[in-house]
Amino acid sequence: MPRPVVIAGASLAGLRAAQALRNAGHEGPVVVVGDEEHLPYTRPPLSKELLAGAQEPAQCALPSDRVPDVEWRLGVTATGLDPVARELIMGDERLGYDKLIVATGARPRHWPGDPIELDGVHTLRSVDDALALRADFEGSPRLAVVGAGFIGCEVAATARKRGLDVTLIDVAPQPVPALGEDVGERVAELHRAHGVDLRLAAGVDGFEGHGRLEAVRLADGTRVPADVAVIALGAIPNTDWLVESGLELQPGVVCDATLAARDAEHVFAAGDAAAWPHPMADGGVIRIEHWTNAAEQGAHAARNLLAAPADRVPYEAVPYFWTDQYDLKIQSVGLPARAERTTVLEQDGERLVLGGERGGRLIAAIAFNAPRRLPFYRRRLAEMPLLEDVVAAVRADEKALAA
Amino acid sequence: MTKVHVDMNLCQSHGECTYVAPEIFELGDDDVLRWKEEVDPSLREKAQEAADVCPMLAIRVED
Repeated sequence: MPRPVVIAGASLAGLRAAQALRNAGHEGPVVVVGDEEHLPYTRPPLSKELLAGAQEPAQCALPSDRVPDVEWRLGVTATGLDPVARELIMGDERLGYDKLIVATGARPRHWPGDPIELDGVHTLRSVDDALALRADFEGSPRLAVVGAGFIGCEVAATARKRGLDVTLIDVAPQPVPALGEDVGERVAELHRAHGVDLRLAAGVDGFEGHGRLEAVRLADGTRVPADVAVIALGAIPNTDWLVESGLELQPGVVCDATLAARDAEHVFAAGDAAAWPHPMADGGVIRIEHWTNAAEQGAHAARNLLAAPADRVPYEAVPYFWTDQYDLKIQSVGLPARAERTTVLEQDGERLVLGGERGGRLIAAIAFNAPRRLPFYRRRLAEMPLLEDVVAAVRADEKALAA
Repeated sequence: MTKVHVDMNLCQSHGECTYVAPEIFELGDDDVLRWKEEVDPSLREKAQEAADVCPMLAIRVED
C-alpha cells in the first residue's frame, strides 16, 4: 500500500485540498483528519444566518460527498508531527504519510485573564459553538460582546435583529480596527443607529455572576449587566501541535511562496494555519483568516503538492473578504491591515468605495454595498498602482458610483 | 452544453464569480447577478472555478 496524502484539518481548506487532489487525477489514498465530529461545513453563516435561526447546520454542510474516495478521520486531533519519519501523530497513533497538508485552521482567542467559570459566556468558532449561543439567545437575554472585530460586530448585528439588548465593548477606539479609522467610524455609527450600546476604548476587567453571568465589569469600574457574553478577541492558528516538529511557526506554518513549508519538503500548509510571503507585503509573510483564502489555498497547496518542485506555482491571489452587518455588506480586496490611511474613491449616498494606501500606492479597496465595483480594483491591486492613477481611472470610468 | 445553475435564494452578490468568469457572470447596475445558464463546454472549468469561489455555495455546474 502506498502511503497516503494526509490532510490535517477537515474544514474548508482541507476539503478543497482533497477535492483538488482528486480533480488533478491523484489516485493514491487520501486521508483527512479533523478534530470536530462533523464533516466539513462553511463557517460564515455561524455568526449570521445560523445564529439568527434562518439556517440550520445541514445547510452549512460543504459538499464533501462529491469528493470521491477520501478517508475521513473525524473527532481525531493531530498532536504532533515527525517530519523525518513522515508521520502524523494523533495521541498514541502514528499515521505515515507520503505528503502532508496542514490545514488545521484557528481557534478563538480566549479571555486572557482567569478562566471564566460562569454559564452564559461563549466563544464562536464551530457549529456547536453557534448552536449553544443560539440556544442562549432564547428568552431575549442582555448580551455583551467583548471585542468589536468582524465576528463581534456580526454577532452584535444578528442579536439586535433578534431584538436583544446588546452592548459591544472594545479596548480599541473604534470597531473593526483592521480596516482603519474611517471604516471603523462608519461601522460604529451603523451599530449605534441600530441601538447597540457601544463602549469603545473600554477595557474589560472581569466577569461577575453566581453560577451564571450577571455583568461584565469594565476597567473604569462600570458594570455592564449581561446574561450572555461572547468573547470575540480574534483567533489563534492551530499550530501548537507542531511546536516540537522543527517547522518554523510565525505562528502559522512558515511556507515559501508555493505554500510548501520552508523546513520540510513534504509538508504544505493552507488557510488560517499558513504563513507565506505575499508579493504585496514587501517579501514579509502574511497570514489570512478568511474564507476565500482557505478555499483557494487548500486547492492551490494540493496542486503544488502533486507538482515537481520546479513546476510549483506561487500563491499570489489578492485577498478577499467580506462582512455582513444589518443591511450593510462590506467587502475588501487587498491587504487593508497594511494600509496607512484610507480615502473615499467613489460614492453614491450610502454606497461607497474606500481606497487603502501605503506609500502612495493602492494596497486595498473596501466597498460598502457596492459589489459590482470590486473587480475594477481587484484587477489593478496586484500591481499596487499609484493612488493618483487609481483616482484618475475612477474618474474616467463611466461605471463608477455616481459617475 | 454545460449548464450553470445559481440558487438566487443563496446569492448575495459577492461578485466573486464575475471576477473569475466574466464570460458567464455579471452584476447589473442593481448589483443583482445575471449569468448564462448554458455555456460552451470550453467554459466548464471557468464555471467550476466560479462555483468554487462562491462564498454562498450558490453555483452548480452540470454537463
